[in-house]
Amino acid sequence: MKTMTTMLRPLIVAASAVAIVGPAEAAGGNALEARHEHWHFNGPFGAYDKEALQRGFQVYRTVCASCHAVEQLSFRHLGDKGGPFHLDDCPADVGEGVDCSNPNENPIVKAIAAEYEITDGPDDTGDMFQRPGLTSDGIPGPYANEQQARSVNSGAYPPNLALIMKARHHGPDYVYSLLTGYEAAPASVELAPGQYYNPYFAGDMSQLLKDDYRDDEGRPLESAEIPPGGVLAMAPPLADGIVDYADDSVPETVDQYSRDVAEFLTWAAEPKMEQRKSLGVVTMGYLIILTIILFFSYRAIWSKVDH
Amino acid sequence: MSHPSTYKPGSGIERWLDRRLPILRFANDTLIEFPTPKNLNYWWTFGGILAICLVIQIITGVILAMHYTPHKDFAFDSVEHIMRDVNYGWLMRYVHSNGASMFFLAVYIHMFRGLYYGSYKDPREMLWILGVVIFLLMMATAFLGYVLPWGQMSFWGATVITNLFGAIPLVGESIRTWLWGGFSVDNATLNRFYSLHYLLPFAILGVVVLHIWALHVPGNNNPTGVEVRDVKKDTVPFHPYYTLKDGFAIAVFMVLFAAFVFFNPNGLGHPDNYIPANPLVTPAEIVPEWYLLPFYAILRAITFDVGPISSKLGGVICMFGSILVLFVLPWLDTSKVRSMRYRPVARLWFVLFVGACLWLGYLGGQPAEGRNVLFAQIATAYYFAFFLIVLPLLGVFEKTKPLPKSIADSVLKQQRAPLAEPAAVAAE
Repeated sequence: MKTMTTMLRPLIVAASAVAIVGPAEAAGGNALEARHEHWHFNGPFGAYDKEALQRGFQVYRTVCASCHAVEQLSFRHLGDKGGPFHLDDCPADVGEGVDCSNPNENPIVKAIAAEYEITDGPDDTGDMFQRPGLTSDGIPGPYANEQQARSVNSGAYPPNLALIMKARHHGPDYVYSLLTGYEAAPASVELAPGQYYNPYFAGDMSQLLKDDYRDDEGRPLESAEIPPGGVLAMAPPLADGIVDYADDSVPETVDQYSRDVAEFLTWAAEPKMEQRKSLGVVTMGYLIILTIILFFSYRAIWSKVDH
Repeated sequence: MSHPSTYKPGSGIERWLDRRLPILRFANDTLIEFPTPKNLNYWWTFGGILAICLVIQIITGVILAMHYTPHKDFAFDSVEHIMRDVNYGWLMRYVHSNGASMFFLAVYIHMFRGLYYGSYKDPREMLWILGVVIFLLMMATAFLGYVLPWGQMSFWGATVITNLFGAIPLVGESIRTWLWGGFSVDNATLNRFYSLHYLLPFAILGVVVLHIWALHVPGNNNPTGVEVRDVKKDTVPFHPYYTLKDGFAIAVFMVLFAAFVFFNPNGLGHPDNYIPANPLVTPAEIVPEWYLLPFYAILRAITFDVGPISSKLGGVICMFGSILVLFVLPWLDTSKVRSMRYRPVARLWFVLFVGACLWLGYLGGQPAEGRNVLFAQIATAYYFAFFLIVLPLLGVFEKTKPLPKSIADSVLKQQRAPLAEPAAVAAE
């Protein structure tokens, strides 16, 4: 827990320095269309890249988790089949009689859970107490409630990330584009402190045009080009080298971090995708064979009838 | 069609049962021996497909209900619990949510088929009217069900639709409060919607039984619209001829169904419904599911007041009117000829009508502004004109093509000259 907090401290500070204004609510706007990326999980046979899921979890935990919860996830989900830390067999150093394919006995998942402090209780005397996390615990979010989150983030509420990929059009492309798409605001607009420009974020930049680009009544001049996208309260969260990957062959860049965290969050939103697709392939095969058999039976029966 | 029973109880038990509860005789006469016109095309397979859809929805729905919590604080997470922690819960939920879309896809094809071949005409008016009742119940059930996950679109969809009732003069406000069980869409609303969402499918099931009963008295219509003259020459027993043909069509339909469930389960949904309901944040766009879009477009097309009728009330009247008009369709269509195969002019108006419905569906998903409003008004005007002007007048003025003498006759003619009716064949 101590290591967690030390790791997170600079990020908490950075995240706290956000938004004076509330979050720019999606108001249609003219945000750029998300870049279409190739993902491991695309297509009917697509599956998650397990190592990308593990790296993505690391990015989430090191960076995103300082402001964003993954409300629907418990530690045990990390060890489910198709999850980032699922084990088919136990590592050599685990004793006899342990079924590591069971997320509750998975040593990696148990270790991750134990790094968190969970409030439990009430105990026999009616008091709440702290204990290390168990696999059955939900992954704790950074804030006790929405009010606390807003007060810490100057009014902005960092959304739950467990479902973000299904709660946005083209989720993975969108999140990846957003994370890699931060850029300096165009000269024609003026940002308040704590606002960050992103061309992929839905918003209305015409509100932020400088006076030079407006007529006497404050309307945007026809000649003024309104930049795409909007402003959000989240500072660019990633920077090259900010997360230390164990695998030296994987680049420690914003692009790679974004890709990995997008993969992890897609898994978080749709953890049963691999199970779904593999059952889908079997079902389709079964249905197509059934269809062919029924077709020829139908033809055979009707061959004796004028119709 | 009603026909003398051909059932012969074989064993002693069957004879015993037949004198007390002739259920085997009933099954034999309705599912096996039932004489069915032998010229039914694939458009006639959607009845069977719809029966399967209803059964799938009820089975998956009953299972989902075992794990779902109808409370505003827990509904959203209980759905996610089904998706993540219930064994094959994700399958049950995706089958149920996509099943609704498949159900409507099939029912629209089924209704357009009835419209094209004049299946609502004497003596099948009750059959058609019961079908419209089923359709109304389906729309209500689907709307109620969409509210249950308690996402943003659930909440705001419920708000928009229940607010429509507020447009009714004098009693509107009271009705709305009564529907809500309070003064806004809230926990009480969710509770009653859940209760009704569980109830209505069984009402649908009951009306489906009546619908099939009303089918079995006059028997099936058929693509020629000519009644059966000679049971031997014109019909085949339902089993094995149509059990197999319907079975094949159902299997093809299941392939499409499975493609959505397994490979694009959220393709027909809206991302906003994965955000928990929040009464303080209105989504940028509030749209119903695709199958309700044409009616949503009609609702929003009325942007002008007519005398004492406000635009809002006018929209509500038109939206409900667009379905209610179907009840009187058998008496609006004055033509003596059933099938549009033999009604070349009506066929053109029908194609335009299908086009108007699809166009309304498209417009219902677009923002109601600029040209879209005018387009929706044109399409709405045509929708009503088709029923209230075109069909009544065509029956008087249209010159129809000669009808075949019998079903058997038309079948033989088609075989001799397979290209005699290219347009009709293409339309099938």
